[in-house]
Amino acid sequence: MLVAGRGPAIATIDGNEAAARVAHALSEIVVLYPITPASPMGEFCDDWSGAGRRNIWGAVPDVVEMQSEAGAAGALHGAAMKGTLATTFTASQGLLLMLPNMFKIAGELTPAVVHVAARALATHALSIFGDHSDVMAARSTGWTMLAASSVQEAHDFALIAHAAALRTRVPVLHFFDGFRTSHEVDKIELLDDEDLRALIREEDVVAHRMRGLSPDHPVLRGSAQNPDVFFQAREAANPFYEAVPAAVQALMDELGARTGRAYGLVEYEGAADAERVVVLMGSGVGAAQETIEEMNRYGEKVGLLKIRLYRPFPAAELTRLLPSTATRVCVLDRTKEPGAVGDPLYLDVVAALNESGRREVLVTAARYGLGSKEFTPRMLKGLFDEMRSAAPRRHVTVGIVDDVSHTHVTPDDTFEVPTKAVQAVFYGLGSDGTVGANKAGIKLIGELTNLYAQGYFVYDSRKSGSVTVSHLRFGPEPIRSTYLISAADFVACHQFAQLRTAPILDVARHGATFLLNAPYAADEVWAHLPALVQHQIRAKELDFWVINANHVAREVGLGGRINTVMQPCFFALSNVIPRDEALAALKGSIEHSYGNRGPAVVERNLAAIDRALDALARVVVPAEEDTVNDGALLELVGVGAGAPALTRELVAAHGERLPVSALPVDGAFPTGTSRWEKRAIGTELPIWDPSICIDCGKCAIVCPHAAIRMKAFDPIALTDAPAGFQSKDCAGRDLPGLKLTVQVAPDDCTGCGLCVEICPAHSKEAVNHKAINLADALDHRDAERPNWEFFEKIPELDRSLVRHDTVKGSQLLQPLFEFSGACAGCGETPYLKLLSQLFGDRMVVANATGCSSIYGGNLPTTPWAQDAAGRGPAWANSLFEDNAEFGLGLRLASEQQSAEARRLLDEMRPHIGDEIVSALMQSDQAGDAEIAAQRERVATLKYLLAGLNGPQAAQARRLASLADELVEKTFWIVGGDGWAYDIGFGGLDHVLGSGRNVNVLVLDTEVYSNTGGQASKATPRGAVAKFAASGKETAKKDLGAFARSYGNVYVAQVALGGNEMQTVRALLEAAAWPGPSLVIAYSTCIAHGIEMSTSMTHQKDAVGSGYWPLYRYHPSPEEGAHPFQLDSKAPTTAFSDFALAESRFSMLARSDPERSRHLLAMAQSDITQRWRYYEQLAHVERALPHDDGTSVELPADDEDQGGAS
Amino acid sequence: MIDLATTYLGLSLRSPIVASASPMTNSLERLQALEHAGAGAVVLPSLFEEEVNREALRLSADLDAGSDSFPEVGSFFPPMEFEHLGPLSHLKLITAAKAHMTIPVIASVNGTTAGWWLRNAELLAIGGADAIELNLYSVQANPERTATAVEEKYLRLVDDLRFRVGVPIAVKLSPYLSSTANFARRLVDSGVDGLVLFNRFYQPDINLDTLDVENRVDLSTPEDIKLPLRWIGLLRPLLPRTSLALTSGVHSGLDVAKAVLVGADVAMMASALLRRGAGQVALAEAELVAWMTTRGYHSVAQMRGSMSSHTARDARPYERAQYIRTLASYHVGNHS
Repeated sequence: MLVAGRGPAIATIDGNEAAARVAHALSEIVVLYPITPASPMGEFCDDWSGAGRRNIWGAVPDVVEMQSEAGAAGALHGAAMKGTLATTFTASQGLLLMLPNMFKIAGELTPAVVHVAARALATHALSIFGDHSDVMAARSTGWTMLAASSVQEAHDFALIAHAAALRTRVPVLHFFDGFRTSHEVDKIELLDDEDLRALIREEDVVAHRMRGLSPDHPVLRGSAQNPDVFFQAREAANPFYEAVPAAVQALMDELGARTGRAYGLVEYEGAADAERVVVLMGSGVGAAQETIEEMNRYGEKVGLLKIRLYRPFPAAELTRLLPSTATRVCVLDRTKEPGAVGDPLYLDVVAALNESGRREVLVTAARYGLGSKEFTPRMLKGLFDEMRSAAPRRHVTVGIVDDVSHTHVTPDDTFEVPTKAVQAVFYGLGSDGTVGANKAGIKLIGELTNLYAQGYFVYDSRKSGSVTVSHLRFGPEPIRSTYLISAADFVACHQFAQLRTAPILDVARHGATFLLNAPYAADEVWAHLPALVQHQIRAKELDFWVINANHVAREVGLGGRINTVMQPCFFALSNVIPRDEALAALKGSIEHSYGNRGPAVVERNLAAIDRALDALARVVVPAEEDTVNDGALLELVGVGAGAPALTRELVAAHGERLPVSALPVDGAFPTGTSRWEKRAIGTELPIWDPSICIDCGKCAIVCPHAAIRMKAFDPIALTDAPAGFQSKDCAGRDLPGLKLTVQVAPDDCTGCGLCVEICPAHSKEAVNHKAINLADALDHRDAERPNWEFFEKIPELDRSLVRHDTVKGSQLLQPLFEFSGACAGCGETPYLKLLSQLFGDRMVVANATGCSSIYGGNLPTTPWAQDAAGRGPAWANSLFEDNAEFGLGLRLASEQQSAEARRLLDEMRPHIGDEIVSALMQSDQAGDAEIAAQRERVATLKYLLAGLNGPQAAQARRLASLADELVEKTFWIVGGDGWAYDIGFGGLDHVLGSGRNVNVLVLDTEVYSNTGGQASKATPRGAVAKFAASGKETAKKDLGAFARSYGNVYVAQVALGGNEMQTVRALLEAAAWPGPSLVIAYSTCIAHGIEMSTSMTHQKDAVGSGYWPLYRYHPSPEEGAHPFQLDSKAPTTAFSDFALAESRFSMLARSDPERSRHLLAMAQSDITQRWRYYEQLAHVERALPHDDGTSVELPADDEDQGGAS
Repeated sequence: MIDLATTYLGLSLRSPIVASASPMTNSLERLQALEHAGAGAVVLPSLFEEEVNREALRLSADLDAGSDSFPEVGSFFPPMEFEHLGPLSHLKLITAAKAHMTIPVIASVNGTTAGWWLRNAELLAIGGADAIELNLYSVQANPERTATAVEEKYLRLVDDLRFRVGVPIAVKLSPYLSSTANFARRLVDSGVDGLVLFNRFYQPDINLDTLDVENRVDLSTPEDIKLPLRWIGLLRPLLPRTSLALTSGVHSGLDVAKAVLVGADVAMMASALLRRGAGQVALAEAELVAWMTTRGYHSVAQMRGSMSSHTARDARPYERAQYIRTLASYHVGNHS
């Protein structure tokens, strides 16, 4: 079974690593910017260069992270023009940002390579998943385009790409499908350095270098040309393009001669006398190959044309390879060009066949796989059936049900492609390590045996309690199945609760093995299974095994990480490798993987393996039918009653089967839907003890999920309260006679524990008993459900009755941001929730792409909610890079609409009365009461306008459509540090400089959280992050200083855990400031390497050490004003005391203590100097410029004036 | 010329002043400063099993946190090599110290499981430590475990370690033993080369602002020397060939003189160094030399044990608590 003999080196890796290995070996400079799903390619290169890995010439490539893809493309352009070998990696929007430079690079015939993990472009929605809409948007740039369709090809074509760029001078865009190839783990044969050297001709490298820009042989590039010559010059490069196909084919041939892997610009597979042929490129090729082989085995005559070189389009090759017998060709595009005659590949093929004279062939088009939609042999079989019909439709879709335009073809659900592979499916949680263990398992099998191996991983969109499904195949033949497993030989369920939320055993084939992690012994588990599971185990005659993995993991000291417990069970039961060999190899891999983390980690994991096998037990399925209720086979708890139909389907994971008509046409979705998703993921729940509570509101303000609520209400509301519902008299004099309840939402709480951690009230008799305490969810969830339902029905308190500028007061306001899927203990979401409490009913949010756009706007639900009147935050995400500008646009529109409403109102004064018009015009709307009054006036206005007929009717309708704009709106531009400090900084700067009344909230996690911890310019000196593996060398940018330099921008730096009250006041002041405002909010993140239940303590320590000083810069027109107010005290602890409690800093201390000490000392110096500067700044008088002639103008830029006065 | 030379654990030291395990000995730079100031030897900070494991597990958990849990994130941190984690950090410090210093370097180990203790003591010995100090630091709060069982466990450990390492072994004792002299002799019988008296525990304190129980490091005061003085004085005649180190309350050269007089081969300093820096070693040495000169001593060897329980003019204070007499002699201040 184990590998014997020698051959080419093999590796079991994903497509990103396959491409990056070659790119790193063939580059001198790597510039990049992280974007899913291409980020890992850059990260690999950074890791390798950091470890000193050299390229084939012996140099360590310089890997540089840029501020955006536009920046990366600019740097790529420069590096290539200077004559170095430069590359970058990107996808989707990132590729779009590179387009301007790509035109330039190609226009100047400069060899360079971009590797693209092809991904959908954001249109009606963002999608991080794979299709060809990004690369198709680049097809006019003049770059050669190579399409790889598998992990092996991503490796091989990376070499072809680099070599072709050098040989032809035409830059190359090498792409493969995002996720399906970029993240699919496969066993491949590696190219060695000799292979690389053989194809990369040194004379081409030297020629490229000699063309490089140099004052020793100066030339001018990038000239501006006039109508006299521009056109001719554009045509001058034609011979280079004409030479590309032959050059690429020559390289493919050279590669084939060395490796045995023969490639063509276009390849044909199938029956020599095929009548029906499909054309496609990318990962769909794998599924198509399986389909045509199986169909031809049964005598059908079908074929497949695989496009490898997409630009320059190999028309002649395509025509030559298309069998002369073919009468029907269907071209599959994985992109959509609305309004075009057809999608791009289709048009190319039509033109190619037309030009070649093959006009007898009927060419049709099929669109498939957008946003990683599944593409399977059954769908292809359906397409071939459509092609055989008497009059096949010209334009169809594959993989969906289109009941609007009726484009879809029906899959053939009876079609099966046989496989010799063992197929295994694992259901797990993101936090339990299932995916990581499976990746390790695939590598183990792939690299220790002659078996081929494939792994593909599916995740849901939440960051807490996310479900993962691993699809693994192992077999004696190369695996081409580029689609999910539908008939598994082995099914593992790593979380018992998942049995109730998904039909896990649907995927099991008859007689499969089923492994369940359950908190029950083998002889008692049966009675605890949902009815559907019992039914399926019996009906499919599954071999059923159980293990209490959580118990084993706890026993050996691994906490909630059950991966090392479940993995040996898979090996023991699946028989992919003989059991003893498998376990020995598994232990070896543990020592290899965890060796650098210390013996304790290795020992615990090894112990887990041994204990797991002892604890694994076969379940004897009871002979008699029992407890099965056929009427309720699956007890889905995921969807709350009353959810909108679409939300219900999406939450229940039925999105795949939704027809086109079920989806909105323009991407607009209802808000307030997260409340319908009852995930019940908290294993512990906070339970309130009103006898101790002091009404402070801290638990509610820090709750990242709005799952702890506080309400004050009239005692009469307690009529009909459930028996267990708790309340107390409101403390203090501000709300006399009212009752107060702090209530957990038991199905929405993640059990993160932040509320308990922050609670300051404790029992006198036992200090560890607080006013809110974590308790086992199993003991409390059922009891708290009716309490929560009752709590929700209690009317919200009149907003005007409470002070908004206190912690308690703010927490008595209804949150309109609730139950997000953010990480448990997220440091960002409490700020958004607070914002929604203060301004939710009149707030417009422009949200930059990032964590906040994912937990804020990723289907199936959104946490942005509505109040009882149907008002709530209106939320939109434009892009990552343009959020400030987008938000400004929304503001400009509102101002325009408001001004127009006022103008019309004034015009209509004679018809609707002076009194109401004046009242509407003069309302200052400074507080909730005044806003409520204005809304009433607007309602009256609309009533009056509706009654107008005759000549005023048209104007009345126009004013009525704008009347709501007479109520003040507040505009919040929200995003993370990646946006504000890096990619969106230019736009942010411009918007702050515009003087317009917008509010900016920067959720500063000091790292690119959403894409996995890459350094941003907000990353502090000395912290470890990706692209800063040896600790960030430079200091964090002082974003507030830039904003303050304008003088008229309200700027605040806040940290909820440092001072909740200061945060509340800063947000209120920012909203009230009539000009631009910037609030920079310290946001703890899982990427800080902290226990998230202690988030607020870390924030407090950040403030206490002076690392994160709290301040508010409140511009004032008053003479003698001191706009800069320091809200935190002078540092009382050393920075290192704060820093070394976080793994992002302590990791460096353990890998390079000298450097860690050096950087921490530098960071301490940063802090000391900044504090000194801020103390001086607090004494600086500065008045906003005004024109009454009395003010004494101070220097415009007092940032450099220190204590000027 | 005063001869300060002494022998500790079979190692020749130029001075009886030794830097005890503390943050003052956690870097090469500090160790070199101590050597420069005249320290006879240095004891590196203790390698604590619980601490090492906790840190390793924490780093491991943080590295894994969030990994592969949603499609955009494989992991949150770059792959890293922790060459300075736990034992490796100590090993590197020993290697560096041995390469750049001439005075003996003693490694200190504190474990909870026998296997860990043995493995790491052996590792540090192989790594170049001149001696191993076993730091018997534990809080025995389990009412089911007898004093005998605890002592037997330690004796077995010493037995096993003696078999596995060639370098001298010292044991740092807790002052809270039912029969200190008995346990000390049994340790020596098991092959221990020296005893260090006594360990100072972190003691919990109550924060009245937060009502948290906090583990505080309280530096010693000169008063703290009295307990080890008694026991060195008692043990010296009982264990004539065993190295004895006095630690706790050594703040000055006069304290060193006391230690040597009762029978200590070395006096170990930590709190004084943490308060005043490595230079305190030189100051203490100068004080010691001055005292010896004034008293006419010409060598430390001459002094050592000259005031033990066998050689002191009146040894009764060693044996009896003298509670009543001492208390009676205490003059109550006028606080009324």
